[in-house]
Amino acid sequence: MAEPNPSPLAAEARRPLSPHLQVYRLTLTMMMSGIHRITGMGLYLGTLLLAWWLIAAATDAASFETVSWVMSSIIGRLILLGFTWALFTHMLGGVRHFIWDAGIGMEHPEREYLAHMTIWGGLALTLIVWVIAYAVR
Amino acid sequence: MTNTPHSMRTPMGKVRYLGSAKSGTRHMLHTRLTAIALLPLSIAFVWIVVSLVGKDYNTVRATLGNPLVSVTLLLFLIAGIYHMMLGMQMVIEDYVYGEHTKFWLLALNTCFAIAVGLACAYAVLRLSFV
Repeated sequence: MAEPNPSPLAAEARRPLSPHLQVYRLTLTMMMSGIHRITGMGLYLGTLLLAWWLIAAATDAASFETVSWVMSSIIGRLILLGFTWALFTHMLGGVRHFIWDAGIGMEHPEREYLAHMTIWGGLALTLIVWVIAYAVR
Repeated sequence: MTNTPHSMRTPMGKVRYLGSAKSGTRHMLHTRLTAIALLPLSIAFVWIVVSLVGKDYNTVRATLGNPLVSVTLLLFLIAGIYHMMLGMQMVIEDYVYGEHTKFWLLALNTCFAIAVGLACAYAVLRLSFV
């Protein structure tokens, strides 16, 4: 910079920050990167539900009835639906990362196809699993 | 620091006190290896859960106590809990800047993973043996 620096401390404070999310136009691949992290964190918290279900099953019939009642309520079903979607979307997002790790699919049309594959594949697998679950119930 | 070809400094001398990378590629490698394992294991897990929808307590207990189901669930839990611990560690390292907050969140992340993993594994084993 041309202007003189009065002290090193002031220079430190004026050091420019690199641009972050808010200055860029939102793109599909960018959004899918965020969704991969968000679904991952959702699954992280979801393990608490899995632990509750397994512990209840290992405890007694009354505990299992309680957890079954909560999970089959409307809110419980919505949470499980979200959990299923997060699992499949994160799984396909992982497959997308493996394709990138192989060094392919990073150019313009391919990376958009992969993003669409992750979104629609995740929704489709969720739908399939829930249709099966309702059918075999 | 000079990096001319004729420098008298040793490679170690050049990098010393610049801060370590703290670990090599282990984190990245383990994330991917557990991810590969989780592809079939997650599908198996979903299969098991869907097959138990709407079933009564004794049927659920009997299914979860089946050795094949138990071992599949344990493998899913080990790979899944470790994978999520690595993932959350990366998120914390990326977004938390304060050294103290970061340290305690990383410790909390490890403790959460161990506690949830142990609770789930204990329940699965108890379903098989009790």
